[in-house]
Amino acid sequence: MTGRLNRWVMPRARNYDAVNAMVTAPLLARETFRWRIWWIAFAVSCALTLLMAASLFWVLYKGIGIFGNNTTVVWGFPIANYVWWIGIGNAGTLISSMLLLTHQRWRASINRFAEAMTLFAASIAGIFPIIHLGRPLYFYWVTPYPNTMHLWPQWRSALIWDFWAILSYILFSIIFWYIGLVPDLATIRDRARGPIKRAIYGAFALGWRGSARHWHFYETYHMAMAALAVPLVVSLHSVVGLDFAASLMPGWQETIFPPYFVVGAMYSGFAMVVVLAAGVRWGFGMQAIVTIDHFDVMAKIMLAASLIMGLSYATEWFAAWYGGEHADRSLVVYMFTGTYAPMMWALLACNVFIPQLFWWRAIRRNIKAVCVIGVLINVGMWLERILIIWNTLSHGFLPSMRRSFVPTFWDWSLLLGSLGFFAFMFLLFVRLVPAVSMHEVRKLVHDEVTA
Amino acid sequence: MTHVVIAQFSEADALLEAARESQREGTNVLDAFTPFPVEGMAELLGATSTRLRVVMAIGGFSMAAVAFGLQYYSAVIDYPINSGGRPLNSWPTFMLVPFATGILAAAIFGFIALLSETGLPRLHHALFEIPDFERASQDRFLLALEAPEAKKEIAALRQRLIEAGAIEVMEVAA
Repeated sequence: MTGRLNRWVMPRARNYDAVNAMVTAPLLARETFRWRIWWIAFAVSCALTLLMAASLFWVLYKGIGIFGNNTTVVWGFPIANYVWWIGIGNAGTLISSMLLLTHQRWRASINRFAEAMTLFAASIAGIFPIIHLGRPLYFYWVTPYPNTMHLWPQWRSALIWDFWAILSYILFSIIFWYIGLVPDLATIRDRARGPIKRAIYGAFALGWRGSARHWHFYETYHMAMAALAVPLVVSLHSVVGLDFAASLMPGWQETIFPPYFVVGAMYSGFAMVVVLAAGVRWGFGMQAIVTIDHFDVMAKIMLAASLIMGLSYATEWFAAWYGGEHADRSLVVYMFTGTYAPMMWALLACNVFIPQLFWWRAIRRNIKAVCVIGVLINVGMWLERILIIWNTLSHGFLPSMRRSFVPTFWDWSLLLGSLGFFAFMFLLFVRLVPAVSMHEVRKLVHDEVTA
Repeated sequence: MTHVVIAQFSEADALLEAARESQREGTNVLDAFTPFPVEGMAELLGATSTRLRVVMAIGGFSMAAVAFGLQYYSAVIDYPINSGGRPLNSWPTFMLVPFATGILAAAIFGFIALLSETGLPRLHHALFEIPDFERASQDRFLLALEAPEAKKEIAALRQRLIEAGAIEVMEVAA
C-alpha cells in the first residue's frame, strides 16, 4: 500500500461490500437519508420544468417573434443555449472515454454521473435548433427520405452535418452509458429485496452473471466504444464550431473555431461535473469514494483548459489585427467598447482570470471554492456562446443594419426552464440508477489494496 | 450427469491462484463469476479471441459506405444542382455524415455482437439457484470446476481449494 495509489478510495470504502452499500443506499436503503432537500429541489425543478413546457408551447404557438431576435441579430438565445448545452453534453463522454483510454483510474467514481449529465444535456440541446426554426414543424426536412417534392437535404451544409452528428452522438452515448450500467444493475438485482425492484432491475441487467468470459467480451467492447467515442465527440463539437466558421461573418469565419469549441465544451463540462460531484458526494455521503483528490485533479484540468481558452481568445484578437480586415478589426474594438462590453469583461473574468486561483493547492482542495468557480466557469461559457452570436451579428458589414439584441421574458424563461429540466432529470437519476460505477470502484479498491 | 464444484473466495487473487493451481493439477476450470473483471482469468479459460471488434469494423464501414452512397446518389444522380460551380461530388464535405453514422453503426453492431457472444439477455440461468450466487455480483469470487469422477479425488480437490483460501466449496449438479 503506497501513499500515492490509494488516495482515490478512503479507508472506509476499502472493501467491496462497503462500496456496494454506499452506492446502492439511495436506491435500496432509502431510509438512510432524510430526503427533505431532495424533495425541495425536486419541487423547484418540477416547477421550472413546467415553465419550460409552457415556454415551448408558447414558442410553437406564437413563433419565434416572442424572443428578442430581430432582422439583424437573427440568432439569439436558442442557438447560444444550444451550443452551451451541447458543450456540457459533450464533456461526460469525452471525460469518461478519454480517462479510460489514458488509464486514469480515478474516473471510476465520476464517470457514471458525468455520462448521465451528457445524456440529459445533449437531449436538452437538441430541442433548441428545432424551436429556433421559423417553421419548426418542418424540421424533419433535414432527413433524407423519399418525398413528393423530390427534394434532398443539402449535404454540403454544416447544419445538416450538425443534425447527423447530434443524432449519432446521443444514440451512441445512450449505448455507452447503458453498457457501463449493466453489471451494476445486476448488483442492484441481487441486493434488492422487493420482487418488483428485482424484476425491473433484473430485466435491465439482461441476466448478467459476471462470468469471466462475459467480462472479457464486455471489456473488449467497452474499450472499443471508448476509442470510438473520442473522435465522435471531437467531431461533434467541431461541427458545432463549423456552423459558425463556415459562414462569411467577421469573428466567425475562423479556422480556430472547431478546436476552440471542443476545448470550451470540455471546460464547461468539467465545471458542471465538479458541481454535480459535490452534490452527489454531500447528498449521499460518498466522501469515501469521491475524494478531495478528485476535485484537485479536475481543478487542474480546468486550469489547463482556462489557459487554452485564454490563448484562443488572444489568438482571435491577434488574427483580426494581423489579418488587417477592417470588419474584423472593428469587431474586436466593438467587443471591448460596444453594447455588450461589460459582458465581455465578465466572460474574461469567469473563463480566464478567476480560474487562475486553481494554481493554489488550497483552493483546489476546497470543495466549496471549486464549486463556486465551476458555476462561474459555466456562466462564463454561456456568456461566450451568446457573445459569439451577439457581437458578430450586431456588428456586421453594413453599419446601417447594426442593431442590438434585447432579451425578452421568454428568452430567460426557456433558459431557466431548461436548467430546471436538467435538474429534474438528474434528481430522478440519482434516485433510480446507481450514480457511481460500482464494478469499476470495486476494481479500483482491489487494485489499490493489493498495490 | 456431470457435477460441478463451486469454490467461493473473498479475493480476486486467491481465486486466480486457485484456478491456476487447479489447472496445473489437471482439473478442468469451467468458469469464474466475479464482481469485476479479474485480469488473467479470461486468458486462463482460453477466452482470448473475440470477433467483436471485427463485427464493429464491418458494421461501421458498411454504414459509412451506405451513407456516402446516399449522398452521392442524391447530389450527383438524382438531384444535381450546380451551385457556384462546385463539383457535384463534393466528397470532402460528404465525409462527416459517413463518419458519424459509421461510428454509431459500429456501436450498435458491437452491442448486438456482445449480446450474441455472451448469450444475453438470458434472465434466468441454472446458476442463479446456487446458494450465495448473488454475491458474485457484489463481493464474492466464485470458481466453477469440473468435478472429478471419483469421490476420493473430489475430497482432495476440496482440500486443495480450502488450502488455497476458499471460504466454501460446494458440489452442484449441472
